Amino acid sequence: MRQIALTVNGERHEADVEPRELLVYFLRERLGLTGTHVGCDTSSCGACTVLLDGESVNSCTLLAVQADGGDVTTIEGLAEHGQLHPVQQAFHEQHALQCGYCTPGFVMATVSLLREQPDPTEAEIRKALEGNLCRCTGYVNIVKAVQQSAAAV
Amino acid sequence: MTVTEEATQALVGTSAPRKEDARLLTGQGSFVDDITIPGMVWMAVVRSPYAHARIRGVDLTKAHAAEGVVAAFSGAELADDWTAPLPMAWPVTEDINNPSHYALAADKARYAGDGVAVVVAESRGLAQDAAELVEVDYEPLQAVTDVEAALADGAPIVHDEFGTNRCYTWPLAGGEDVDALFAEAEVTVEERYRQQRLIPNPMEPRGVIASTVPATGEVTLYTSSQIPHIARVTLALGTGVPESKLRVIAPDVGGGFGSKLQVYPEEALAIVLARRTGLPVKWIEERTENALATHHGRDMIQEIALAATAEGKITAVRVRLTVSMGAYLMIITPGTPLLGAWVYGGAYDIKGYSFECSGVFTNQTPTDAYRGAGRPEATYAIERAVDALARKLDKDPVELRRLNLISEFPHDLASGLTVDSGDYHATLDRALEMLDYDGFRREQAERRERGDTKQLGVGFSTYLEMCGLAPSRILGALRYVAGGWEAATIRFLPTGTVQVLTGTTPHGQSHDTTFAQVVADRLGVGYDEIEVLHGDTSVVPLGMDTYGSRSLAIGIAALCSATDKIVAKAQRIAAHGLEVAEADLEYEAGTFRVRGTDRTMTVKEAAFAAWHAHDLPDGLEPALEETAVYDPSVFSWPGGTHIAVVEVDTETGVANLVRYVAVDDVGTVINPQVVDGQVHGGITQGVAQALYEEAVYDENGTLVTGSLVDYLVPSAAELPSYELDRTVTQSPNHPLGAKGVGETGTIAATPAVVNAVLDALAPYGVTDIDMPASPERVWRAIQEARS
Repeated sequence: MRQIALTVNGERHEADVEPRELLVYFLRERLGLTGTHVGCDTSSCGACTVLLDGESVNSCTLLAVQADGGDVTTIEGLAEHGQLHPVQQAFHEQHALQCGYCTPGFVMATVSLLREQPDPTEAEIRKALEGNLCRCTGYVNIVKAVQQSAAAV
Repeated sequence: MTVTEEATQALVGTSAPRKEDARLLTGQGSFVDDITIPGMVWMAVVRSPYAHARIRGVDLTKAHAAEGVVAAFSGAELADDWTAPLPMAWPVTEDINNPSHYALAADKARYAGDGVAVVVAESRGLAQDAAELVEVDYEPLQAVTDVEAALADGAPIVHDEFGTNRCYTWPLAGGEDVDALFAEAEVTVEERYRQQRLIPNPMEPRGVIASTVPATGEVTLYTSSQIPHIARVTLALGTGVPESKLRVIAPDVGGGFGSKLQVYPEEALAIVLARRTGLPVKWIEERTENALATHHGRDMIQEIALAATAEGKITAVRVRLTVSMGAYLMIITPGTPLLGAWVYGGAYDIKGYSFECSGVFTNQTPTDAYRGAGRPEATYAIERAVDALARKLDKDPVELRRLNLISEFPHDLASGLTVDSGDYHATLDRALEMLDYDGFRREQAERRERGDTKQLGVGFSTYLEMCGLAPSRILGALRYVAGGWEAATIRFLPTGTVQVLTGTTPHGQSHDTTFAQVVADRLGVGYDEIEVLHGDTSVVPLGMDTYGSRSLAIGIAALCSATDKIVAKAQRIAAHGLEVAEADLEYEAGTFRVRGTDRTMTVKEAAFAAWHAHDLPDGLEPALEETAVYDPSVFSWPGGTHIAVVEVDTETGVANLVRYVAVDDVGTVINPQVVDGQVHGGITQGVAQALYEEAVYDENGTLVTGSLVDYLVPSAAELPSYELDRTVTQSPNHPLGAKGVGETGTIAATPAVVNAVLDALAPYGVTDIDMPASPERVWRAIQEARS
């Protein structure tokens, strides 16, 4: 067991974790933050995307111990005072989600993208979201939602 | 009480904001893996690494001794836990070879991934660790993974008891004599296509939790399923849990695309293991398990021949399919290819039709419904064959389609069903206009002329679809064991809010939103005052679930019947309250008005009166709640034109989709944004079959595309934004004039894209390519044509 301390959605947590415990299961099963999903186990689908110190990471291929000392934001930490984050709002307005399973990953990846590229072209959006898979939307409305978010952020 | 302001606005036809989004966007959804039950233990399935192997013994000693293990069983040890095999609900012929299929194999493993033992332990990791310790003594056997090889003499036999891998042969013929039409044809084309095997890959893998009350024998099963109602019936039959004690809940379901239209071994196993241990048992599928153990789609050889006049008028279509069933018959494995049987003639006015389908066992994951189920395959074959005919006659593919499109409705298909409505020329006209067809051909000619290494191609798919499964009488005639009806209940609560219960089960299709739109309009209740409930057999006891584009076509038809019943009862209450005859009332959007006066009573007011029941008409039962069950008389018939434009790099073989125009006619649209979303997603899965996806097996029967690293589900980076429009030809057989939309994109897209690739390669003389049209295949096709 290793002791780790990290901040998740603004709240500090200390825990003893097995060295093999993945960050995604630490978030889901220890902290009950089940909004971060597991879709593939191979870092291919991005459903598990969270922000670690502001950067998007695949929490299914990161060990909890690697997040020691870090600042994690999950989908649950995005809305403030009951107001959807502009990216969440844009996904809603553009119908950029259907079943919703990949959605937390796409939203977090979009938040990260817009921090790095505040005004991306469609081609840049499509390239930047290459690591996230959606089987429902065909990405058309996801791209629109990112464009709307860029305008709003 | 008064009708709220929003209740007076018509919501049908508008993009009402989705009710589902708030929880899904904030991480508050509840998928199976998000659910925890106190005392819960975890199940892991031991799967055969061999595609075909006799099981000589299963040694569980080490697994039993492992840390945290609660129980472990071989297939043989669980043999007495079953009261029936896993369900196969569509014995398509009387003489079908239907093997008994149980949740774990006991004698022989028949595909790589076939379950042979199961372990239950205190955590996910401990269950997986213990599963690794199960020692299975296998005698590997020769495997067969190709349908034609499986039918050859001396092929390994998947089910020894049949002495053959042939499962069934099913014929259909209609219209004029097909042999005669071919004999007198001035032109014929004969084509052979391969529908590669696909892995549906919903983003949420499957998951199950079974929980019991040992004292009463009640079982609750949470399952990531499209079909909780069908699962309850069949799992009750298979496990001996009385149906009345089995509650099945499909919580938030992360996509299905047909792959969760199934009753799986893991659902049955979780129930019997919960019963044996008295503990809640959870299983969550890993992605590689999903690739192995969740059913696959397509996988067939298609032979199609067209008979035509010299002018290009198609007179007859003859089709022969050889389809992989995989190793076992799952719930509708044999019937899946037959869902396309009536539409291999496409949207074309032909005189004669003959069809024959043979199902064949192979040592592979079973096949079953995957988005479109039979109809994408049919549309692919006819749309490619029409292009082949156009090439042979040196005609423009659009001109040839115009000559042959059905133009009068209702139209009796030579295959035997009647298309109720449509306007195929209108969708083609609009799509060509959006494309700028002449402009496209000019640019294509310029590139060809200058020998550009980036060649353009355009491909068409003027499709029709048969969906809305299905009229129960037709299903019965086809030997399907269940009906095709759907149920809806509307319940006014005393405070005036409304619960809508639907027997359909969404997994992304926006039922909470669209069903509420319909009810809001018809009952004059605020959109926000309506909750749509589904996916729990204790909450919604009657239902046939969601597949085959049936939720709108049948589920909303049932909902409309339920609103009619509500209005009829409320009208009696209103007439009584307003002291007039029922005939003196007129009804509009939730309000009864005494004709020619301003005296009114709303449905909500009637609902409150029905609840307190202080003053109801004599003999009228209190409460305002109605259930309707709707059985369609016909199928739903969407249609349209899809056009793909691809750019092929002739040096690398990379084919990129650069434009995609889709004009669909799905009748009345309830929510344009939702319908667009269905079309976008459908197109993408069709494009994926054309260009990217393929389940590949090696010669030993090992699946080599078992993860999302090897199996190419396209990302946003591979695709363009699509250009959509619609024409509206209302269905005369649906209360709102609507038609199904969930599968149109997938049905239309695949041939449009492959036809576009072949059009781009036309200058090289390439006339055929297998799917997916990968860079390697395209490059080789160019090289072979050049040499």
